[in-house]
Amino acid sequence: MRAATAKRNDELWRRVAIAAPYLWLLVFFLAPFAIIFKISLADPVIAQPPFTPAFDDQGNFSATADNFAFLLTDKLYAVTYYRSVLMAAAATLLCLALGFPMAYGIARSNSSTRSLLLLLIVLPFWISFLLRVYAWMGLLNNYGVINNFFMWLGVIDQPMQLMYTDFAVFVGLAYSYLPFMILPLYASLERLDIDLVEAAQDLGASRTRSFWDITWPLARPGVIAGCLLVFIPAMGEYVIPYLLGGSESLLIGRVLFDEFFVNRDWPLASAVAIVLLLLLVVPIVLLQRYHARDQGSVA
Amino acid sequence: MKKRSTFLVSTLAFGYAFLYIPLILVVVYSFNDSRIATIWGGFSTRWYGELLQNNLILEAAFLSLRIALTSATFATILGTMAGLVLARFGRFKGRTLFSGMITSPMVMPEVITGLSLLLLFVTLQQLTGWPGQRGFSTITIAHTTFSMAYVAVIVQSRLMSMDESLEEAAMDLGGRPLRVVFDITLPLIAPAMIAGWLLAFTLSLDDLVIASFVSGPGSSTLPMYIFSKVKLGVSPDINALATLIIAVVSLGVLIAWLATRRVKL
Repeated sequence: MRAATAKRNDELWRRVAIAAPYLWLLVFFLAPFAIIFKISLADPVIAQPPFTPAFDDQGNFSATADNFAFLLTDKLYAVTYYRSVLMAAAATLLCLALGFPMAYGIARSNSSTRSLLLLLIVLPFWISFLLRVYAWMGLLNNYGVINNFFMWLGVIDQPMQLMYTDFAVFVGLAYSYLPFMILPLYASLERLDIDLVEAAQDLGASRTRSFWDITWPLARPGVIAGCLLVFIPAMGEYVIPYLLGGSESLLIGRVLFDEFFVNRDWPLASAVAIVLLLLLVVPIVLLQRYHARDQGSVA
Repeated sequence: MKKRSTFLVSTLAFGYAFLYIPLILVVVYSFNDSRIATIWGGFSTRWYGELLQNNLILEAAFLSLRIALTSATFATILGTMAGLVLARFGRFKGRTLFSGMITSPMVMPEVITGLSLLLLFVTLQQLTGWPGQRGFSTITIAHTTFSMAYVAVIVQSRLMSMDESLEEAAMDLGGRPLRVVFDITLPLIAPAMIAGWLLAFTLSLDDLVIASFVSGPGSSTLPMYIFSKVKLGVSPDINALATLIIAVVSLGVLIAWLATRRVKL
């Protein structure tokens, strides 16, 4: 009798452990995408909420592809998506160029300095993202630290326009997402057996050759994960283009935000989000596969 | 250990300088007496005094702390369950969807998550009348949703790297699965749960974009208040606030680091 109750409790526990997080994610993560999609097919109206219902009073179904047609025909949106991809890709490359040697250096340092170096990579994570972007405003200003420094050196006699440029957005993105690149790179470089590289060099391979033939292929999972972890969130970034970018250098995250809050065009904002999501489906699926494989290899 | 190449050492130096110089400058300028934040006008702590008198900042900070405490706790409970399920429950129906929903919120651009949750809350309000007013509860739900993913991944990788033999031994000795979870598994993964809670807490305190979408009139979190001020440019009291945050976070992380080092030694 008691054993039967216990068994029932175990089965109950198993079900609760699966159902609680599952239902939560279904309701608060997956279902909202269906709603975004539904609203992207509605017309904007001046009402509360500001879009036409999918079913009117008579129960007639109505949907329109106007918002998507508008996105495709208005050149502004195509250009903005294109610029967002370019900007995110450029920031990803800068993170990789700086992050790879850094991760390599950390992985090859002796174990006492290594944990301190890693701590210093993780620390900015815990300090507010917004405040870290804000810190660059004081650097890039016309009367900011960088301009003051160069004017003091006498290299320039007029302040350079650094704030509110694409350059500022590019640096801000790379700065904010650099730790996301370094950590997965470090994880795969740390596992790399240095003996392999030394063996190759003992057998006469040059440093370049042993890097491209041994280090790079073994580090590739970390490179892919790091690039995706920087690229995907950078694509939809809002804070950095708003604070550091110029008003005409638009990125899609900011366009979505303004479409929603400034123009109050909820259906169009939803359509913008759907198209952004479609652009990101491939990178997100790649990242999932990488993550699944990584967890599998540990087990 | 061979001598490290000058290239590696100089890139490391440059990289760390890149990461830290902007923060150090904010700290330095927070002690600047001048109202124009980028011109040095002598040493002063006046901006810290003004900070403490600013009721809007204090209210916003209090709301942010309440949300962070609540959402981190919910996220740890749900995330630990999810991590356990992924690491220990083997195959079940819908597992692929489940693990996809765990990792996606971590990389989803914030504007998409924020917009989708707001539209969900608006739809729910039309259908059921809840939530009548957006604020504490809606922001807490939103933060729980994205931070439980981080907790789940931390707990899952901790479980994956851990030997199952202790749990199996307990089972072999006749322990019921539920007892084994509470007596063996949970104590073993407690450090991962604490790390997850702290991360969830920080992510919640940090979030601007999602909170802006799902909050209602009259409920501003601390990042929303900061953003409304820095939109207008560099401001000295925000420098002081940033310095306080940097100091508290660095101190906390340093203590945690020293504590874990002692355990390892």
